[in-house]
Amino acid sequence: MDKRLERILPRVQKPARYVGGEYNEVQKDKRDVDVRFAFCFPDTYEIGMSNLGFRILYAVMNDLPGVWCERAFAPWTDMEAQMRAAGVPLYALESGDPVGGFDIIGFSVGYEMAYTAMLNMLELSGVPLRSAQRPSLAPLVVAGGTAMYNPEPVADFIDLALIGEGEEQLPELIALYRRAKGEGWDKPRFLRAAAGIGGVYVPSLYEISYNLDGTVSAITPQEGAPERVYKRAVSDMDRSRFPTKTIVPSTEIVHDRVTLELFRGCIRGCRFCQAGYVYRPVRCRSRELLARYGQEAIEDSGYQEMTLSSLSTSDYPELAGLCDDLAAFCGKNHVNLSLPSLRADSFSMELMERLQRGRKAGLTFAPEAGTQRLRDAINKNVTEEDLTASLRTAFAGGWSAVKLYFMLGLPTETDEDVLGIAEMANRAVHTWREYASNKNRPLRLTVSTSWFVPKPFTAFQWEAQIPREEYERRVKLLREAITAKAVTYNWHDGETSFLEAVLARGDRRLCAVLEEAHRRGARLDAWSDCFDLNRWLEAFSACGLDPAFYANRERSRDEVLPWSTISCYVSEDFLWRQRELAYASVTTPDCRTRCSGCGANVVEGGECYHG
Amino acid sequence: MGKLRLLFAKEGRAVYISHLDLMRTLQRVFLREGVALRHSQGFHPHPVLSIALPLSVGQSSRCEILDFETLEDLEGEELVRRLNRSLPEGLLARSCYVPVWPVRELEKLQCRVELLYDAGVRAGAAEAVKDLLSRESVVIRKRTKRKAMAELDIRPLLHSLEVREELGALALEAVVSAQNPGLNPALLAAAVEAHLPDLAPDFVRVRRLEALDKRGETFR
Ligand code: SF4
Repeated sequence: MDKRLERILPRVQKPARYVGGEYNEVQKDKRDVDVRFAFCFPDTYEIGMSNLGFRILYAVMNDLPGVWCERAFAPWTDMEAQMRAAGVPLYALESGDPVGGFDIIGFSVGYEMAYTAMLNMLELSGVPLRSAQRPSLAPLVVAGGTAMYNPEPVADFIDLALIGEGEEQLPELIALYRRAKGEGWDKPRFLRAAAGIGGVYVPSLYEISYNLDGTVSAITPQEGAPERVYKRAVSDMDRSRFPTKTIVPSTEIVHDRVTLELFRGCIRGCRFCQAGYVYRPVRCRSRELLARYGQEAIEDSGYQEMTLSSLSTSDYPELAGLCDDLAAFCGKNHVNLSLPSLRADSFSMELMERLQRGRKAGLTFAPEAGTQRLRDAINKNVTEEDLTASLRTAFAGGWSAVKLYFMLGLPTETDEDVLGIAEMANRAVHTWREYASNKNRPLRLTVSTSWFVPKPFTAFQWEAQIPREEYERRVKLLREAITAKAVTYNWHDGETSFLEAVLARGDRRLCAVLEEAHRRGARLDAWSDCFDLNRWLEAFSACGLDPAFYANRERSRDEVLPWSTISCYVSEDFLWRQRELAYASVTTPDCRTRCSGCGANVVEGGECYHG
Repeated sequence: MGKLRLLFAKEGRAVYISHLDLMRTLQRVFLREGVALRHSQGFHPHPVLSIALPLSVGQSSRCEILDFETLEDLEGEELVRRLNRSLPEGLLARSCYVPVWPVRELEKLQCRVELLYDAGVRAGAAEAVKDLLSRESVVIRKRTKRKAMAELDIRPLLHSLEVREELGALALEAVVSAQNPGLNPALLAAAVEAHLPDLAPDFVRVRRLEALDKRGETFR
């Protein structure tokens, strides 16, 4: 171990997260390796190691001969201070080698609030932040993940973005890199060639021009770059890699368990949900394979908890059967099975009862909106009756802790919708009084609201986020309407959601703001103890930009959206139609009931549902 | 079915695993290998695993002791082989056997404390440290569990000491009390810092070398 590192580790909290060496960590002999990939997660070890996508791609890349993929995470503030003071650069956990010396530095970016952590990791690696300041091929800086569907706010920093699920184009990109390295290509030549790989977006090959009002007037591809970059997606989940032999951290992480990925995509089509649109269509793993993977992963890891994960797990066609398949093995080995996201329907409740086997952990439901009208507008197909019936089952079955999630500021929301949330909470209390099997255990009902953030590639990508004062007024309205003592009301602080709204639909001019905010100390913005909105507001004014232009402005149908070079196959026409239906409070059936022709079926090479 | 004792080393990158995380890690290692352990009775049954003397984070050891009970009869050597293929880097099973002596007989620890000096060891440093730690009493101030400061005389807990000068370091080889009360060998360095500020080291490395019984024989 590096001597300087040895000296600083005793001074930081939880040093185990900075050393690697965990069970199943991949070690390779450097003599057999010609491409070294530093896989960076712009958040802490505990968060990054809990990310299934990160683990999948780690396995995919390390399967490639000659490629060694190693991990790096954002150090917590105490560690960062020690590293800077001691002159220790960011290093990869597997080899301990400095990230700056790798061939490729790849970021997995799931959320916009991680952007400054990304810049900070580059800085800690001693790598110039801007792509233009890095003339040579190595290190190549790439980024993928859900946030990269709109890579414009980081366009000047990265050399290229990987759009979609990564496991498809990463091996192709690495192969091209190997060839470029072997043949001594310069960076521009490599980038031009990389732009030819499906799902690879090279920002420097697009010229952006602006109108006087600050909107984008045109995006012009240069040097043969494609007009549109389409996402890559796995078409057959049974042939996609699922790592059952995966790193088991020696220190506690956020999701310290086996995560079994049942399917990608979601049939529901909630109009606010970016994941629901960009991961279309639904692609399932077969039940037999999942049962086998689950058992193998438990046996290899020694974990005693397994979660069945997907965007809407209860929509897995053979969920009950899969649970039966897993139950015997899990029961014998004292493994707890859990479902993360629960729909409020009777099927899910029954399953929950079976899985929990007497343990009554808290239940969480997300009706998202307080009235049927607004739920119809956002296409959240949950009725009040569904919820009441589920709660009845829950309370009768002995559950007493229930959380309900809502959003404030959804398009078309009125005060009636806000007050509807309080009414739902009150009715839930009534249901408890009538049906609770054990009234000695007091009801704990938590209502949480977040501030709606319009995201690209959703039906609401053209919407304005409501102004902060208005959001706060609605919070107050709701707070005063919730009277029952058993109900606790939590609301999100608005500052983070505001910045998220700015960054989510930002354009390339935000790169300067990011750089400035980072210079002013922005680091781990996803953590409230580190986040400071003022720092950002100062950065905006230093750059002469108005954050409200991005967050609080409604876009017109014909505006050139900064992310319009990129496509997840769901057509803009479809999204616009969904928006119109939202304003009419008309629902769209789920994909299994009827195809609505969004355009994502090309991933499956035709129809999304067969038979 | 039987009580077993595992002698293991904790070195390299594994020295940063905290005691609590180590317990969790070892539990998983047994599960990985399909070794069924006896569980406690009660509402939340958990496997009965106990580590004799929890090691401070950052210190290494070649003589850690873990007691556990398996539900089947298992052969020690075979178990060592299996555990070693499932342990994270830096944890090494050395031997496994049916314990004869209870852990309370583990009275002393032989340790090595390295005081590192980046600018080289001063002339006479070894003698000065040796003299200090041979005094009748060596009092240091130490933070108690309640975060208050308390005075502690470490001298009665130090049973033998050799000080050697090495390249850029003083190596203290000491035998200290293991428990009731025990002496964390890092406090030998703290004593040097407190009483010989000129010899305050730039860094301290601590390693447990051997577990001893009251006669000073190897404890197993
Ligand atoms: S093409 Fe049809 S079935 Fe497929 S995802 Fe789009 S709407 Fe759903």
